[in-house]
Amino acid sequence: MGARLPSMLKDAGLTAFVAAALGIFIVGFRTVDVGRGLTFDYHLVDLAVAVVTIFFGRLGLSLAANGLRWPAMALGAAMIAAGVSPLQLPSGFLHWFVALGGVLLVIRGAWPWANDAMAAAAKSPSGVVLGQAGAKWSGWLLLAAAVAMPFTPFADQKTMDLGVLILTYVMLGWGLNIVVGLAGLLDLGYVAFYAVGAYSYALLSTQHGLGFWTVLPLAGMMAALFGVVLGFPVLRLRGDYLAIVTLGFGEIIRLVILNWFDLTNGPAGIGSIPGPTLFGAVFAETPPAGKQTVSDMLGIPFDGNHRLIFLYYIILVLALITNLFTQRMRRLPVGRAWEALREDETACRALGINPTNTKLTAFAVGAMFAGFAGSFFAAKQRFISPESFVFIESAIILAIVVLGGMGSQIGVVLAAVLLIGLPEWFRDLGSYRMLAFGLAMVLIMVFRPRGLVAHREPSLRLHPVKPGGSG
Amino acid sequence: MSVPQGLPLIDVEHLTMRFGGLVAVDDVSFSAQPREITAIIGPNGAGKTTVFNCITGFYKPTVGRLTLRGGERDYLLERMLGHEVGQRAKVARTFQNIRLFPGMTVLENLMVAQHNKLMRASGWSVFGLLGIGAHRRAEEAGVELARGWLERIALIDDADRPAGELPYGAQRRLEIARAMCTEPRLLCLDEPAAGLNPHESAELNQLLASIRDRDGVGVLLIEHDMSVVMKISDHIVVLDYGRKIAEGSPAEVQDDPAVIRAYLGTDDEAIDG
Amino acid sequence: MAYFSQQLINAITLGAIYGLIAIGYTMVYGIIGMINFAHGEVFMIGAFISLIGFMICGMLGIGSAPVAILLVLLMAMAFSAVYGWAIERTAYRPLRGSFRLAPLISAIGVSIALQNYVQLVQGARPKPGGQIVSGGFNLFSADGFDVRVTWLQIIIVVVTVVLMAGFTWLIARTSLGRRQRACEQDMKMAALLGVNVDRTISLTFVLGAALAAVAGMLFLMYYGVIDFFIGFLAGIKAFTAAVLGGIGSLPGAMLGGLLIGLIEVFWAAYFSSEYKDVAAFAILVLVLIFRPSGLLGKPEIEKV
Repeated sequence: MGARLPSMLKDAGLTAFVAAALGIFIVGFRTVDVGRGLTFDYHLVDLAVAVVTIFFGRLGLSLAANGLRWPAMALGAAMIAAGVSPLQLPSGFLHWFVALGGVLLVIRGAWPWANDAMAAAAKSPSGVVLGQAGAKWSGWLLLAAAVAMPFTPFADQKTMDLGVLILTYVMLGWGLNIVVGLAGLLDLGYVAFYAVGAYSYALLSTQHGLGFWTVLPLAGMMAALFGVVLGFPVLRLRGDYLAIVTLGFGEIIRLVILNWFDLTNGPAGIGSIPGPTLFGAVFAETPPAGKQTVSDMLGIPFDGNHRLIFLYYIILVLALITNLFTQRMRRLPVGRAWEALREDETACRALGINPTNTKLTAFAVGAMFAGFAGSFFAAKQRFISPESFVFIESAIILAIVVLGGMGSQIGVVLAAVLLIGLPEWFRDLGSYRMLAFGLAMVLIMVFRPRGLVAHREPSLRLHPVKPGGSG
Repeated sequence: MSVPQGLPLIDVEHLTMRFGGLVAVDDVSFSAQPREITAIIGPNGAGKTTVFNCITGFYKPTVGRLTLRGGERDYLLERMLGHEVGQRAKVARTFQNIRLFPGMTVLENLMVAQHNKLMRASGWSVFGLLGIGAHRRAEEAGVELARGWLERIALIDDADRPAGELPYGAQRRLEIARAMCTEPRLLCLDEPAAGLNPHESAELNQLLASIRDRDGVGVLLIEHDMSVVMKISDHIVVLDYGRKIAEGSPAEVQDDPAVIRAYLGTDDEAIDG
Repeated sequence: MAYFSQQLINAITLGAIYGLIAIGYTMVYGIIGMINFAHGEVFMIGAFISLIGFMICGMLGIGSAPVAILLVLLMAMAFSAVYGWAIERTAYRPLRGSFRLAPLISAIGVSIALQNYVQLVQGARPKPGGQIVSGGFNLFSADGFDVRVTWLQIIIVVVTVVLMAGFTWLIARTSLGRRQRACEQDMKMAALLGVNVDRTISLTFVLGAALAAVAGMLFLMYYGVIDFFIGFLAGIKAFTAAVLGGIGSLPGAMLGGLLIGLIEVFWAAYFSSEYKDVAAFAILVLVLIFRPSGLLGKPEIEKV
């Protein structure tokens, strides 16, 4: 082991050198506009601290990889200590950086043990039972928690808002999961269908007075129609070309919305969009002309939160419909053909499956759910503008699907809570959110390409699962 | 449904395939009979797989006519779009490098093969989604068909395992069973014995013979393993440099000087290897 | 006529910049068959390093524009190349042999991460670069309109032409170029014949990144303003250029860059500047649908 130390040090030194080269200008010299032009705000000390951290981090990883777990973990512990110490590092971020690096090292050092322990637990009889029960019941537990949420003491306005936001992304993730996870079509313009749904509702409600429940199916159909029209010419393209074309479509639709003032009011967006009604009654303290308020109808005192709770249940139901629909489709011939296409398109063609039509159904169904979610979004926000439908939104939804495990429904929920929920709870980290998204996508692809929840349940079985057996 | 008495199952006439300046298949004609195994053999690069790709709709032939006889009508394969050859003319194939759906289970692989039939039964998913109509019964019949094949290829116990986890020989068998689940008129097998040990080769011979005799399906076979070819073929077509150089029964082909030349070199060279 | 000529000059300048970025896309696609979605961000980082480089030159009192440009050019190329190398090494190389879409998803991740990294450390606001080269001359006048060529435009075109010529020579004549073409044809065979495939791929990324950095510097000098987001649009347009020219083909990348420059400038000049980006995206979509092998690319034959 000792003989390897010099090479490990050299490797760590090289990594630190590369990091220094990467950071020297971009990090070291921050350009600041002082009105008369740019000046520098030097961050060379920050860079030095980061480079030293990277040196030790890399060294620790090499140690762990060579079986020297204890030294690696000790190094990690030292880094955590340095990170949380009252030491005056130049920025708060660096404290985080050093400490998180240490945490990662400790986890890496302990990983083999954790792995062994988990494998042993999964094999032990009680572990098997627990695992099966977990797989079977975790979905139901989550559902029960989601249904009960508005009645728990945590349900203040902020939490409810967050719940609605997470559920919206869960629904979008489930919708995109049909396209990316099941059919294997990388759609980088998914947000365009979301936009079509949102603008469909915004325009039909503000200009033609149609209600939410009337427009909802129309918006879904409109988005599906867009999916078919845009998808038909391009779905025979190879995977990565298809991805870029969908990105192009997404941007074209956004740019058209942005510039077509007569229809969409351009960058200023559309406001005063009516919210969804409950059996024709509106959520308001005083009813508009000819309408009834929900509180009058139900004979309860007005509470601003009612509207939010109502919205929460709408999106919960919409998301569940998406999920049920997908689960059901997976067990139908078309769903199996989607997965087969993802696995091998050539073999599908040899079996007489029409690849274009099959892809088109996936594309259209995915688009339809984005359309539903879009019209919900417009009804919730009561104001939409092209800014909500930029490429980065597509990337976020994609990140949720990828992180969750392509094709896994429960994985999407986990990923949405992680990616949307966590940054909202930890406001300080908000500005690092997208950076973390990008890094997470890379790390998942490198270390766990099948996502957090990699398990795939067959769409049908010949033999029932034996109790106690692993399938 | 069967081919009219005395007519071939498929007629390949003047098939030519050019890639730019390269002529991969040059004016090849042959026929394959129903309920027979027709082997296409020849040295590497003779154009065998290209012939297959033309028949199964992966390439559009430069010149030539490919007539497949169904019961009621003839299908001109060279005019059909890729997947239609499988869907309508009912020509199924396997691949030189196995192409299963590795992440899906063995049973799912066989169900996907029955896609078109099951799609119709599920009312293009509409009835299936609502859980009404004949969908459930069709699905059960499909599982039964698959079960029958799994028993024939001795994979019944592995039905719920991902296909990618199977050993190599089992994957070869599964790919043939998957092609058979499309209920084809013509089955095209591209080197099914490649990489099999002698025991597995013998099993393959039995399977192919039973596909011919029990299922009554015509088989077109590309194969290098002569122990397979000579034992089970009814008819052999020999290609070399994209041209047909011989055709006939196994015995005829074995004695044909042109074939010997193609495989072992010209007459001038000593044939002692 | 005068207006047209002026637009033509502007279009060629812009096309040169796109062409330089497009080479990076085309080379990487040629060798490992992936769309390096993060390439646009390398261009953006090249522009930032150039901006910082010019400021440092100013502080060091380097007054001569040619010297400053040369220094900054070398600096931007070298340090952006490190980005190209590091991206390939950490985000793409571990994915060889992973599933089909993994590299592209990883590349999107890199792209998002780099954008936000620069936004965090350099700020979100646009950075004015100041004017390094000014002046020019009138080519001719017609219809009361002066057709003007700036020195900067000449510098841009000359730098581009010189680099592209050097690059074509590199690929066609040197052993690196031979290795690269060998890997393009058949990576396994090249490895068996003793080509260090990993190093060849790394070098491809390094070279592509260096050219993107040059494009970044020229962009900074031409437009005078940059921000962390310029890589997205420029990247897409350069990718469109690469596809239009025929992905995998070097002359194709240059031709494609020129065409995209022409289309963008003339669309904005004669139709509407709001929809000029729509034009670029529409071209991308149309080319991929109707001629995915591009103008100079070879059509792919599907191997079964």
